[in-house]
Amino acid sequence: MAEAAIGQRITSPAGATVAAGQRGASVVTRGLERRFETPTGPVEAIHDVDLTVAPGEFCAIVGPSGCGKSTLLRLVAGLDRPTSGAVAVERVDGGRPTNALVFQGRSVFPWLTVRQNVAYGLKLRGVRRARRGKAADELLRTVGLTSFARAYPHQISEGMRQRVAIARALAVDPDLLLMDEPFGALDEQTRFLLQEELLRIWETTGKTVLFVTHSIDEAMILADRILVMSAQPGTIRAALEVPFARPRSLTAVRSDPAFAEMFTTTWAMLREEVTAARQMREAGPR
Amino acid sequence: MRRRRAIELALTIAAPLLILGIWEALARAGRLDPIFWPAPSTLGETVTRLVREDDLLGDIRISLLRILGGFLLGAVPGVALGLAMGLFWPVRVFFMPLAAAIYAVPKIAVLPLVIIAFGIGELSKLVIVAISIFFLVVLNTMGGVLAIDPMYRDVARNLGASRFELFLTVALPGALPAIFTGLRLALGFALIVIVGTEFLSPGRGIGYLIWESYQTLQIKAMLVGLIVTGLMGWALTLLLDVIERVAIPWRGAE
Repeated sequence: MAEAAIGQRITSPAGATVAAGQRGASVVTRGLERRFETPTGPVEAIHDVDLTVAPGEFCAIVGPSGCGKSTLLRLVAGLDRPTSGAVAVERVDGGRPTNALVFQGRSVFPWLTVRQNVAYGLKLRGVRRARRGKAADELLRTVGLTSFARAYPHQISEGMRQRVAIARALAVDPDLLLMDEPFGALDEQTRFLLQEELLRIWETTGKTVLFVTHSIDEAMILADRILVMSAQPGTIRAALEVPFARPRSLTAVRSDPAFAEMFTTTWAMLREEVTAARQMREAGPR
Repeated sequence: MRRRRAIELALTIAAPLLILGIWEALARAGRLDPIFWPAPSTLGETVTRLVREDDLLGDIRISLLRILGGFLLGAVPGVALGLAMGLFWPVRVFFMPLAAAIYAVPKIAVLPLVIIAFGIGELSKLVIVAISIFFLVVLNTMGGVLAIDPMYRDVARNLGASRFELFLTVALPGALPAIFTGLRLALGFALIVIVGTEFLSPGRGIGYLIWESYQTLQIKAMLVGLIVTGLMGWALTLLLDVIERVAIPWRGAE
């Protein structure tokens, strides 16, 4: 299964269950490009993106807003087709890789209860009611929502809803977890707690994570490697290794002397792109 | 919370009671012509007489059955077509001009045509109700589907939903609030149209009672007919509220 083909849907065998210790999938993109037709002419969202993520790696992508980060994730997820180039997602053992995307904002279905939301993917895969209920309960325990299982999303807080979205993605036990600014809308304290939870989950499951964020801080705390994207059309400008030891804790990383240094380097790089993006927006038709 | 409920209930029934109170007071003070505006308190015996001698309950039953029958006949295919138009753009483009044009025609104007096609029996009354509400339900349902955040579709697709599963788990529940808005409007239309239709077709039904009473200058019976019509509308709306609460337990999400 060389190239998992351009934009092809990647599904798992029915009945995937929650299992710990499984190895993640690798992601390789070559010459990835996506153009959108708009009334004012074609817009190139991402251009010539070459990306390699190792199995089990936690990789963060930072870039100015509108640089095509979300487009890139959608392409890797198979929700969108590239204009040219290819995406390959592969499992070490050669099996069919699965991915799950955690969207930014309100992606939790308002018409399902917390528990039904988490079990949704398993239901689609034909997992029996009793088994998917058990799996959902287990995940709700992991994200600390057991007592809200029967609540509807509008009855719980934004932070809890984002936990539900993460649990829903984890429920299908994906080899690759794609996260699109999952904590962007949360207050700082909630964000810290969820970052710690995500670290813990990642450390115990060994999934590959591709994590889009606008926060350098968040990228440094979570990731093994930070990819800096350029202003539109987005392309990978640099890859920075994050040196902090695992298992990590928020406080240990923040008090590490290398933290400030790395922040400075990354911001210097990102700043140029953000400035470029702003100038482009101001010069643009809007 | 209980206090709030009590106040709500009191306010809900206050407006109609106030109107009846003013009417009653004016009638007793001799300010209203008792032939055309008899006091509400004198209508009680008319109700009793209508129930005993003229089978008022039968008229109510017949009108309700016509409304419900016509409602189902129009709403069920209306929801189906609305979903299809929301989901598939060719279907939408194909039906849209038709829906927009027919939506604007006063439905009672179509009655002669319906009678030509379906005769003067019960069927034509069901059909005219169905026609009047069909496009209302269609347009609301379609709007509901189109208003669903595309993110939900992406979530479902990402987790492996087939087209049919997408429809069942995203489009349908996502459109339900808008569907119920359409049904609520449709119920009002159904009542309007059935009363109008019964005006024009001798026989049974609450509309015919009103018209016949007017023709024979039985003002009290006519007023009873009007009040009953109002109560029917109110009861049907309450029924729909209950159904909606069961069908959309996540209401309050917006």
